[in-house]
Amino acid sequence: MTTADDTQRGKLKVYLGYAAGVGKTFQMLADGHAAAQRGADVVVAYFEPHARPDTIGQAQGLETVPHGKIEYRRKTFEEMDTEAVLRRRPSIALVDELAHTNVPGSVHTKRWEDVQVLLDAGIEVWTTMNVQHIESLNDQIWQITGIRVRETVPDGIIRQAAEIVAVDVTPDALLNRLKRGAIYKPEMVEKALTGFFKGSNLGALRELALRQAAHEVDIRQSVYDETRGNEVPRISERRAGETAVDQSKERILIHITADSATAMLIRRGRRVADFLHADCLALFVYRTPDFTDLTPTEREAVEKHLRFARNLRIETQVLAGQDVPRTVMDFARRNQVSQIFVARVQGRLLERLVGRNYAEEIVRIASDLQVTVVADRSRIQAS
Amino acid sequence: MRVSDLPRPSPERLLRQAQAEENKRWGARLKIFLGYAPGVGKSYRMLDEARRRHERGEDVVVAAMQAQQSGDLLALVRKLELVPPLQTSERQAIDVEAVLRRIPQVCVIDPLAARNPTGSRNPHRWQDVQDLLRNGISVLTSVNLLHVEEYKEKVQAITGKDTTETIPKSFLLAADDIVIVDVPTDLCLWRLGEKLTPTGISNFQERQLSELRELALLLTAEVVDAQLESYVHAHGIEPVFGAHERFLVCLTPHSNAPAMIESGERNKERFQGELYAVYVCEPGRSRRERATIRKYFDAAKKAGAATKVLESDDPISAIVEYARQKRITQIFIGHSAHNTWRDRFFGDPVLRLIRATEGIDVRVFPH
Repeated sequence: MTTADDTQRGKLKVYLGYAAGVGKTFQMLADGHAAAQRGADVVVAYFEPHARPDTIGQAQGLETVPHGKIEYRRKTFEEMDTEAVLRRRPSIALVDELAHTNVPGSVHTKRWEDVQVLLDAGIEVWTTMNVQHIESLNDQIWQITGIRVRETVPDGIIRQAAEIVAVDVTPDALLNRLKRGAIYKPEMVEKALTGFFKGSNLGALRELALRQAAHEVDIRQSVYDETRGNEVPRISERRAGETAVDQSKERILIHITADSATAMLIRRGRRVADFLHADCLALFVYRTPDFTDLTPTEREAVEKHLRFARNLRIETQVLAGQDVPRTVMDFARRNQVSQIFVARVQGRLLERLVGRNYAEEIVRIASDLQVTVVADRSRIQAS
Repeated sequence: MRVSDLPRPSPERLLRQAQAEENKRWGARLKIFLGYAPGVGKSYRMLDEARRRHERGEDVVVAAMQAQQSGDLLALVRKLELVPPLQTSERQAIDVEAVLRRIPQVCVIDPLAARNPTGSRNPHRWQDVQDLLRNGISVLTSVNLLHVEEYKEKVQAITGKDTTETIPKSFLLAADDIVIVDVPTDLCLWRLGEKLTPTGISNFQERQLSELRELALLLTAEVVDAQLESYVHAHGIEPVFGAHERFLVCLTPHSNAPAMIESGERNKERFQGELYAVYVCEPGRSRRERATIRKYFDAAKKAGAATKVLESDDPISAIVEYARQKRITQIFIGHSAHNTWRDRFFGDPVLRLIRATEGIDVRVFPH
């Protein structure tokens, strides 16, 4: 994670919250003021123009780089003017809403791509996001809230951050802010109260954000130890057996298919691998040359899944094999895989009839390997 | 799921609920600001909230404040009414009687962990807070991880700092609200450096602060999880899955239980999750099989698992039901070794479990 080139690269700091209105932007701006007072060259590179009054007040006194204006369907949209920030060359740039999708016609599709440009140029970036925008948590968020979050940030981007700051507030205080109209316009409040802000959602999202922040802090400790050696005594009991654990390092293999549940499978596999500090591989097995056994839609789905796995930094393999489950098993054994991740498939009965329920077949023949059949969290009705 | 199907609440939770309900009758709420070290800004966050409440028309007083105050904090405190603490040669104490006579809506107490002078109404300040809550006065207070009894030793091992002024963790778990005040370790060090003598603070200390920070985040998550559980019980709604990883190991005499338990323990540690182990009691088990199960149960308990014997004619349904009650996210089960005539008739039990557990991962272990 830390290489020689990184010394030139800007540092990334992420303010992590669990819902709109918890105070991420406010906290970031407050810290920006403190840094400016200490003599740092801080600019606001992007700031939601329709922000809350308190937050707008907090932005005053900090230099703001004017937003870029982009025309789309005869309307004017504001986006971060990355070129202008580069010309200004501050030491620290504050960029609100890392998960934002830029309006069509922008240089980059996603704001996190713009942020990469700034970091590459050696500018330190502070940014904000909510836990529900973390790619690998997408299915869990759907399961908890019943809401499919479209704007996600790849886990690798968050992993780059030198610092994660948890911005916490109680759900009661958040609901008060919401009802006072401090977060959304009045007409939006009712919708929010039945969506993300509903009943137990806030508590569950909050717990997830706190645990994610703790996990991010933990990962950074491991990186610290790897780069600086292990002379630092450890205090937590749970670290006592760590060397023993590392010797039995796990390797997770994700079986990729055309089934739409594969995206969820990849996310879950990546997440489990991260927590277990395990290696992660993905495999697709085709039965006929040029994938002729697949429909064009299926072929496209497979390619999308392979690309998605590579984006999450999972090593992918494509192999030929008449007997798909056997091929997966053989590959797993050859590559010292300790756990195979398979998805529960759709259309169970039909697929069993045509003999393509690979998940159950893999479970049946894996007498010497662990197989995890991953729940399709996207098909559960959230409470 | 109906409420009556939910597992019986633990005595601690009943106590917590009873306390909360008693306070609520009077409208009093306890809100705690938790920090992982001095210098994270707990006092500021708390006093800023007190200031906002005061401006919104709530009747707020300050009954205790830190001895050393920075300019920012003093500016906030000056906007609020002070009930002067009692001062003995030894130490300060809240003037509980005076606060009770004054009957404010909200009382600010900074910090929470303090021992009262001998001869006071209560030995500890947190007990004073209980008195205020019982009398219908809401309390805003701050505490440092160092002062939570159950974390004292861990924190001491990191900082070398000893403290005799602690509060029990159960007091934190009983709070209506808890907020973690989080800052990056470098900022915390910078503020500490400003406050204390400017010694060269090494990376060594930053690494240790980072561990404290992780502990504080996880402690807050634990409190939030307990609140969530109470909420779920109070509202009789389906348990929420997914915020917290919970592993369930299904023990049978012929499974590779040691491997499953070991893996369960590792997963529990890595995910900071919970571990459960069940055995479904089936008639016709031999004495030897029963002895094996007892051995596995002991191993599971040693690994930190909550264990349970289920009684049912239908093991798969019993496991699924238990898993739903406990909000399990992953079930560990042994591979079916050999297909019996029964399996051929009813279907392989492992496959039946996989089909029956929507929303839960099933991990199948080889023998």
